[in-house]
Parts: sequence; structure tokens; C-alpha cells
Amino acid sequence: MKVIEIKDLVKIYNSSEVQVKAVNGINLDFEEGEFAAVVGPSGSGKTTFLNMVGGLDRPTSGEVIVGGTNIWELKSRKLIDFRLRNIGFVFQAYNLIPVLTARENVEFIMHLQGRDKHERNQRVNELLTAVGLGERMESRPSKLSGGQQQRVAVARALASKPKFILADEPTANLDSKSTENLLDMMEKLNKEENITFIFSTHDARVVKKARRVITLDDGKVTSDEKK
Amino acid sequence: MNVIKIAWRNLWRNSRRTAITMASVFFGVILSVAMTSMQYGSYDSMIDNVVKFYSGYAQIFDRAYHENKTINNTMELTDSIRKTVQQTEGVTHIASRLEYFALASSDEITKGAMILGIDPIQESYVTDVAKWVEKGQYLKEGDDGVLVSVNLANYLKINIGDTIVLYGQGYHGVTAADLFPVRGILKFPLPELNNQMIYMDIGTCQRYFGAENRISSLVIMVDDHNDLPAVMRSLKASIKDPLTVMSWDELQPELVQMIDADRAGGVFTKIILYMVVAFGIFGTIIMMISERIRELGVTIAIGMQRFKMAGILFTETVLTGLLGAASGIIGSIPIVVYFYNNPIKLTGDAAQTMIDMGMEPLMYFSLSPFVFYNQAITVFFITVVIGVFPVYKAFNLKINQALKA
Ligand SMILES: Nc1ncnc2c1ncn2[C@@H]1O[C@H](COP(=O)(O)OP(=O)(O)OP(=O)(O)O)[C@@H](O)[C@H]1O
Ligand SMILES: [Mg+2]
Repeated sequence: MKVIEIKDLVKIYNSSEVQVKAVNGINLDFEEGEFAAVVGPSGSGKTTFLNMVGGLDRPTSGEVIVGGTNIWELKSRKLIDFRLRNIGFVFQAYNLIPVLTARENVEFIMHLQGRDKHERNQRVNELLTAVGLGERMESRPSKLSGGQQQRVAVARALASKPKFILADEPTANLDSKSTENLLDMMEKLNKEENITFIFSTHDARVVKKARRVITLDDGKVTSDEKK
Repeated sequence: MNVIKIAWRNLWRNSRRTAITMASVFFGVILSVAMTSMQYGSYDSMIDNVVKFYSGYAQIFDRAYHENKTINNTMELTDSIRKTVQQTEGVTHIASRLEYFALASSDEITKGAMILGIDPIQESYVTDVAKWVEKGQYLKEGDDGVLVSVNLANYLKINIGDTIVLYGQGYHGVTAADLFPVRGILKFPLPELNNQMIYMDIGTCQRYFGAENRISSLVIMVDDHNDLPAVMRSLKASIKDPLTVMSWDELQPELVQMIDADRAGGVFTKIILYMVVAFGIFGTIIMMISERIRELGVTIAIGMQRFKMAGILFTETVLTGLLGAASGIIGSIPIVVYFYNNPIKLTGDAAQTMIDMGMEPLMYFSLSPFVFYNQAITVFFITVVIGVFPVYKAFNLKINQALKA
């Protein structure tokens, strides 16, 4: 089943003199249950691409269709609500709200979705245990390591039961041990729960784990390999 | 995890900065409370002085008398008027006065004098004349003697026990001439009064002027000047033409102008004071927002509506101000209470001016609730205005840029 259809996606940044074609005509589909890496040199358009797919950065032209909806036709409030209900996000670092504990950070998104307390509690426990942080639920982010923070971020992304999870360089700030841990966990969730992950990375070891590798250069897809 | 809870925690995440910001509000509020308290305390004591020195809180008289203060424009004090006024809620005392000019003579010397007929007992609740008796005795009820002010007595070369001749024109042109024994000498703090005043019992005065049962004004006292507006409303409704009732501020427009001018000066000072406080808060909010741009971007990205984010940031801003204001108000209470109980003693020229005006040379403080809640309201409005900035930010934040921050 197709989760995302991307058609002729273009993003042109008009800075004072130069025109940057950050994304220059991308056509891609993503199926449910994919574990896909977006790779490419710095400046190749990975972040821009993921932000447009995630409804965070408006394309200059083209379409992003999720579950039959062209998300960029939605009004600003509807788009935020769409993200809340359909897309999980993991960013490179500092994902969490510093004044909330790990538990509250995960619960927060379900709170925004209006889930009841019983469901929230149960799911927070499940998810934080699944990412290996059952013991650290009451810690604030500043008391957690970078790797632990990223796991909480993954748990939060999952909490909203999204159609897919977008992660822009989720391991960039992690050491190799934490990188491996996080990737193993994501892989497990992908295999066991059939969660769709699309992530960008520079890290060859991360690329190795992906079952699909999309390479960007100069805003264009130069290769798209499925393993 | 409601708005207040998140805002509250955010407030304390940089607790040192929040504390410094609140301290600026705290000291601003303390200064402002002290200033306002002193201003209102001095207005109260000025009003009190004027009211108790002469006019009372309000007076009833004939409209014509207000225009032209002759004996022919006096009013008749009927039982029904007396009752109406006495039964008005809030009125504590009433005192009748009859006031007119006459020539005062002793042997060969003659001088114009102001004759003031008073009710010796009731008047003591308005202007405590007995306090100014320097020699001799105060009037008894129905007394047929007079009190003469000191300069006039000296000019006429008379003393206690002597007799003074008063000669003038009474009600509707009758001749008013009689002899009065001098019971006491009055010394007022105001020189003009010392030059011309003669006090007598109002009954004696009415007989002398041939103005049986007539008075020039009925002076009204209330317990607390805060009661005055209500008293004035009911009196204005019950007192009918040609009589009229005026409150001290209508009787003393110059005093009102003086207070208004002073208050405007105070407002100006407070505007400057609160501008400093406002910029302090504003600076903190700008820093707070710029430090949190990335976090705000992430939060909107994962699905928080911008208006909710705006609500959190706005609440943080207002809370910073209100907590500072609350602590400032609490901190200022002991200070103001101390000075309320121990007014500051003035020295030098300022003190002399006040003494000359018949006032004690003291700076009074006010404990009126207004002094305090006024500050809370001011700070609240300041933070509401400052709160527009984070609200604007929440609605205009560019997520992709915020995520790079
Ligand atoms: N806001 C912007 N204004 C102008 N140009 C931009 C903006 N954001 C990105 N770019 C440009 O768009 C191109 C793609 O940037 P992007 O951040 O998507 O690359 P990336 O592949 O994520 O790089 P990295 O691996 O370094 O994260 C770059 O040339 C970049 O300079
Ligand atoms: Mg990038």
C-alpha cells in the first residue's frame, strides 16, 4: 500500500542574488513498512526534501500526497493537525521539550490529539519500555544522554500512531554505540510493528541497515536502490 | 499538562533570569506603591485639613447665597430640612452657621469684622474652634458672649471680660447693634483669620441680626470621605431649589486643581518608572524567545497549534509580571504600614510652610487599597502589551528556519 506519493517536487530558494534549486523535481513513492534512507552530500537537499514531505516547508511546486490528501493544499491549521495525526518526527537533536519529563514529552503529543488519560498512560509505558527507557520515565531531557533523548523522540513520534516517521539525521549527534542502539530499535519497530521509517543520514553504518537507499545530488534523485 | 503548567515550568527553567526580571518588577512596584501611598496620604491630609479647618465635607445653602454672600440670601433652617439631612445615610454631624459683617468697636476704635455664629457643640465636630482659644473660655450653648481673634482684639485693645460693641445691618435692613462680653481670645494659624474673626453662639447671632431661625449654611460631616459620593447623591436628590448642596471639592476648586496637578506629576514619574520595568521584562521575553526558537519550531512541527503556543508564551509573560507585582505589593506592605503609623517629619522651609497653613509638618502615607491594586493593574497591562510580541512570534515562526536554530 502506498503511504506517500511525491510528484515533481521542487523547492527554489530565492536569496538576495542567487537562486538555489534545493530540490529539483523529485518523483518518489513510499510503501507502508519501508525502512528507507535518504543520503547524499551536504547541501544535496535531504533536509529540504524531508521538510516538504513532512509539511514543514512549502514546496515551490509539486505535490505530496499522503493517504489521498495533497498536504500542501491544506490550510495552515489543518496542516498542523494533519501532521499531528499522520506524521511522526525525529530531528537531529534537541527534540524534546526541556521542561517536561520523558513521560510527559511522549504523553504531550497524545494530549494534543485529545486521547484520554488511561490510553495515554498505557501507551507511554509501553513505548518507553519498548525503547528501553522504562526506568527513566520521570527524567527530564537534560538528565538523559543524547542517545536516550533520541529514543524518547522516537517513542514520541510513535505515540501519535502516525502513518510514517520522518527522521532528519537522527544519529548525527550520537556516538557509534548509541547510533547502533537507536538503529536496532528503529529496525525492530519497523519489523515487528510494520512502522514506516524515512530517515536521512551521512553515516555509512546507518545506510547499511536501510532496506531502501535514495541518493540525492543537487536536488535530484541519482539512485534509488531497494535491497 | 495544561497551558499554565507548562508556562509555570518554563518560567523557572532559567530561574536566575526570571528572578532578576521579577526583582525589577518587585522594586518598581515597591517604589511606585511608596510614591502613590505618600501622594494619596498627603492629599487625604490636605483634604482633611481643609474640611476640618473650614468647609466641612459638604454644605447646604441658598443658591443666591453662593453668588452673593449677604444676610438677605440666607436660608431658613426648617425642621424638615434638618431631619432630611440628619437621616441621610452616612451623615455623622451637621452644624449651622450664620455669617456676616459688622463693625466692631471699643471705646474710640472701630474696625470691620467677620461675625460667625456657630453651634458651639456641633461646630466642634467640624472645625475644632475650641482648640484655638488662647485665653479665656470657649462658648457655651446659648452663650451671649463672643470670642475675638487675637489681632482684632489687640487692635481694639480689648481683653477677656471687656465689652465689645457690634454695629451693622441685619436681615432686610434692620439695624443690628448690641453689646457683647468677650469670653475668649482666639489665635489661629492663619493671619487673615486672626485679623477679623468674631465667633458667637448661633442663637445669639440670629437675634443680633434679626434673622430668627436663619442660617447662611448648614455644614455636613461624614465619617470617611469615601462615603461622600453616596451622601452627595442622596442629598442632591432630596434638597430642592432654591437650596443647593455642594461638596468640599465644589467649594474649594483651587485645592482640587492643586491635587490634580500634583497627581499628574506623579503619573509622569510613574510612567518613567514603569517604562524601565517594562523594558526589563521585554528584554527578558526577547531573550527567552530567541533561546527557544528551535524548541518552538519542534513543538509546532510535531503538531501543536500556533494559538496554543501563543497562549503558553503569553501566560509566561503575564505570570512573570504578576508574580513580580504580587511580591512587590507584599514587600511594600510593611514599609507603607510603618510610615502610615509613623509619618515622616518634615524639616526646614517645607515644614514652616505647612505650619503656617495650620497643618502638622508631617508626610502622611495612605493605605487605601487603590495604592496597591493600581500597581497590579499597571503591571498586568504592561505584560499584556509585551505579551503581544511572543504571540506575534508564535503565529509567524517559520518552522524550517526555527529547526536550524
Ligand atoms: N532557507 C534557505 N535559504 C536559502 N537557501 C537554502 C535554505 N535552506 C537550504 N538552502 C540551500 O538549499 C540547499 C539544500 O540544503 P539542505 O539543507 O536541504 O541540504 P542537506 O542535504 O540537508 O545538507 P546537510 O547534509 O548539510 O544537512 C543548500 O544549497 C542550501 O544552502
Ligand atoms: Mg540536512
